[in-house]
Amino acid sequence: MIRGVIIMNDQGKPRLIKFYEFQPVEKQHELVRSIYRILCSRAENVSNFVKVDSLFGPDVRLVYKTFATLYFVFVFDNSENELAMLDLMQVFVETLDKCFSNVCELDVVFNFSKVHTILDEIILGGQVLETSSSEVVKAVEEISKMERNANSILPASWQGR
Amino acid sequence: MAVVPSLMDSLFQRSIDDVIKGLRLCPPGTESIFISKSLDEIRREIKSTDPQTKATALHKLTYLHSLHSAEMSWAAFHSVELSSSAAHSYKRVAFLSASLSFNPSTTQVILLLTHQLRKDLSSANPHDVSLALSTLSAICNPDLARDLTPDVFALLASGKPFVRKKAIAAVLRVFEQYPDAVRVCFKRVVENLESDDMGILSAVVGLFCELTEKEPRSYLPLAPEFYKILVDCRNNWVLIKVIKIFAKLAPLEPRLGKRVVEPICDHMARTGAKSLAFECVRMIVTSLSEYDSAVKLAVAKLREFLLEDDPNLKYLGLQGLTIVSKTNMWAVLENKELVVKALSDVDVNIKVEALRLVMCMVSEDNVMEISRILISQALKSDPEFCNEILGHVLLTCSRNFYEVVFDFDWYVSFLGEMARIPHCRKGNEIENQLVDIGMRVKDARVQLVHIARELVIDPALLGNSFIHGVLGAAAWVSGEYIELSRNPFEIMEALLQPRTSLLTPSVRAVYIQSAFKVLTFCLSLYLKLSVDTVASQLLSDTELDNGNGNVVVASSSMHRFTKESFVNLMNLVETNLGPLAGSNEVEVQERASNVLGLIKLIKLIVFGSEGDNVKGEVEASEMVKLIFDAFSEDLGPVSVNAQERVPIPDGLVLKENLGDLDDICGGDTEFSLPSSFSIVKLQKMDAAGTSDCTSKEESETLTESTSLLAEHRKRHGLYYLSSENAGTVSNDYPPAIDPKDKDADEAEDLARLTEESLVIKKKPNQARIRPVVVKLDDGEGFNVSAKKREVEGGDLISGAVQEVLLGNEATATSSSSRKRESSKKSRERNKQQHGHGKERKSQSTGKDKEHDGQGQREKPKRKSRQRGDGGALPAQSSVIPDFLL
Repeated sequence: MIRGVIIMNDQGKPRLIKFYEFQPVEKQHELVRSIYRILCSRAENVSNFVKVDSLFGPDVRLVYKTFATLYFVFVFDNSENELAMLDLMQVFVETLDKCFSNVCELDVVFNFSKVHTILDEIILGGQVLETSSSEVVKAVEEISKMERNANSILPASWQGR
Repeated sequence: MAVVPSLMDSLFQRSIDDVIKGLRLCPPGTESIFISKSLDEIRREIKSTDPQTKATALHKLTYLHSLHSAEMSWAAFHSVELSSSAAHSYKRVAFLSASLSFNPSTTQVILLLTHQLRKDLSSANPHDVSLALSTLSAICNPDLARDLTPDVFALLASGKPFVRKKAIAAVLRVFEQYPDAVRVCFKRVVENLESDDMGILSAVVGLFCELTEKEPRSYLPLAPEFYKILVDCRNNWVLIKVIKIFAKLAPLEPRLGKRVVEPICDHMARTGAKSLAFECVRMIVTSLSEYDSAVKLAVAKLREFLLEDDPNLKYLGLQGLTIVSKTNMWAVLENKELVVKALSDVDVNIKVEALRLVMCMVSEDNVMEISRILISQALKSDPEFCNEILGHVLLTCSRNFYEVVFDFDWYVSFLGEMARIPHCRKGNEIENQLVDIGMRVKDARVQLVHIARELVIDPALLGNSFIHGVLGAAAWVSGEYIELSRNPFEIMEALLQPRTSLLTPSVRAVYIQSAFKVLTFCLSLYLKLSVDTVASQLLSDTELDNGNGNVVVASSSMHRFTKESFVNLMNLVETNLGPLAGSNEVEVQERASNVLGLIKLIKLIVFGSEGDNVKGEVEASEMVKLIFDAFSEDLGPVSVNAQERVPIPDGLVLKENLGDLDDICGGDTEFSLPSSFSIVKLQKMDAAGTSDCTSKEESETLTESTSLLAEHRKRHGLYYLSSENAGTVSNDYPPAIDPKDKDADEAEDLARLTEESLVIKKKPNQARIRPVVVKLDDGEGFNVSAKKREVEGGDLISGAVQEVLLGNEATATSSSSRKRESSKKSRERNKQQHGHGKERKSQSTGKDKEHDGQGQREKPKRKSRQRGDGGALPAQSSVIPDFLL
């Protein structure tokens, strides 16, 4: 299963932290820092997998990829295929790109809850739910539309831009 | 102070964007001030009765909690409150905050969410349902799982695929937290294996992939369903998961492997997706390694991966090879050049995998060549990888008592070479091996002493603190086997050189102790000129040790000891160790005093009175003989089980006597006999005493001085024992197996001989016989303890699964909650079984399928009467045969 999804920038600042097994928030940040230390020591154009047994227990690996200023990180165990995880990350990034049309770090920064909503459509409880970005976009747009209609009177400033 | 939020607060409330912008504008270092200010605002706003204000406050708080680790357990109740809002947007904020901040085992208010979650799970709005499901899976605890099982059960058959797949994904947590839910939901989950919707199929196969991870055997009865998916499905995500399931099931049921090997090879050949191809390869090499043709195909695929430019594929290809290497070594040898090339890749992942593979290839034929290549690689590499290489080489060469090492002279020199590599941080391991080889391999000692000399004598090495351990080992070797040294003077000078002050005290103590041994040795040689006994024994000793030219030269050079040179030696020791007698380090101080004390004694006796010279020397030689005897007792490795090997003397029947002891100590007898107790005890002590004596070296008598010195050695066991033993051995008994033990040696030789005859055919050029490595046949090495069985949720789940799949009512693990719902459940179960049977019949096209369906239910029922508790194994393996025929 997928143990966690993390987005952070190239300074190590977390932009999204989602663990699928409960971790106290201090522990989450500690893990993010450890992962950042590992990632920033890695050269460019090398393989995207890192063994993180020391952080998460036996047989846990992570796959990461850099998109512009952001690191995307998926932490997963033996029940997942490494290359499939890379593909899933691609799906996630593609979906963000479609939802924010040309996604950049600022979009992720200012749309905390929408990014979570998108992720929830792709992964639930560490299980992969949806692998088609257009399906995810459809669901997310449905939610936004539904909320807009219900709240049309109220200034829902936090809704997705 | 409770400040009621005013209208102003609501009107001028900062939005989440304002908070984020504020945080971004903060000068570095002032963020925490800004955050605590925001938290103060939030505390006020969150109490508002206006849901908009409350939602915004909670949203800000969740953001600060998740990304800036602000504390928010205090706000848990507000999440619960807001979750009941009719507006989806507020509900979403509430549930997001709950799933990011609630601790399933400690957050009390989770129970208050039960009702709201139930309401949302049965909502007509699919997005409400999906929100509730993902929240449930994030905060699920046993109570929540128990209470919501019926609702999740209903959703498992939902008409909306969007909802159903989420319910399937969420049910995993429910099972984990409340295994009894399996009895309710499992049939429905299984039914979903027949779904045409890829989302649902993918979710349910993913669920089984997680479940089989824990206890695969329980899911064997579902093999036909999985097989159908494997053959019919064309979705890569689903296929990857189903192959993972078969990778778990196939080893349990050999016939299953036969059945799936073909479709898997087909997928591997057909697919363009690297992920699926790699999963097929991994499946074949882990679980189907006995199917040669399949393994060949898989290895060919791995080769394709290795030839790719993409580092990810190269890395996975190497990982695949590592798995194959355990069963099919040829696969690695076939790709040898690619593996060696990967050693100099830029990617550290690839390098490490390649290194691991190179180490698999090591055999006694190529160990020298491979080591040479690796060391030159290590010299070129960065420090981290260099040490990775050294660690692997050391581990591989020492594996199973230096199994692959044929030429110990080479290996010992190689160890010395490794210690000198500038980045070397493996001093500890090298140190252990140097000492270990000294004790185990007699024939290697000459070379070992030679290498130790080079290490000890080089003043430059003393500056490198990372190899102090190695130097300690070298010093120990120099002292322990000084009789093999060509020039004891030189060694003495090396051990006392000024730069030894750079050593850590513990290593320095070893240096001084070694100097002590060297001194004793020289003394005995010197005294031999007048008194022959010591030397003759010594000479025979050395000659016995080695018929080699070296030693003859060595001992002949020692004949030229003059009184003058000896006095010089003693003066050298005295001047160098004199200041250390006042050292702050107890070990150093104590040992220095020992040496100085000996010198004082010798000087007094031998050189004290000119007239009484001869008598003095006789006296001295007596004393030196005692010390020297103590040192020349050969040290061997000590088995962990040494104590067990102490023979029980005749006449002592341990069991009976100890039984008596138990009776007496047990205290339930009315007449306690202190006298008989003491008798038993005496007997026991006696036995221990005799065995102690008998197991001691037969030739040597136990003198007081030897026992004292033996004690002294024991205290510094670190340098005498091999690494495996250090720390775990109680040294109460002397080594029960004497390394010189004839029986052991003969058996060893015989074993070697048979091996040799095989080996020689292979490579006739190796004329030398491999030196004997002393092994203690048991006890050493690792105690492979039986793998602990996981006793946790997984086991309970699989128990319930077995029960459902096999229709076995007897193995029920009773729990109070179950009883409560039992009537409802049994109704449910009957219904499900009925449905399942029907569906099976409808799906079965051939006669055998139908037969299979019946067989599944018939057989276990018969068996279930025989077995009382959990012995389900035989029953299960008989579950799927018809499908496999």
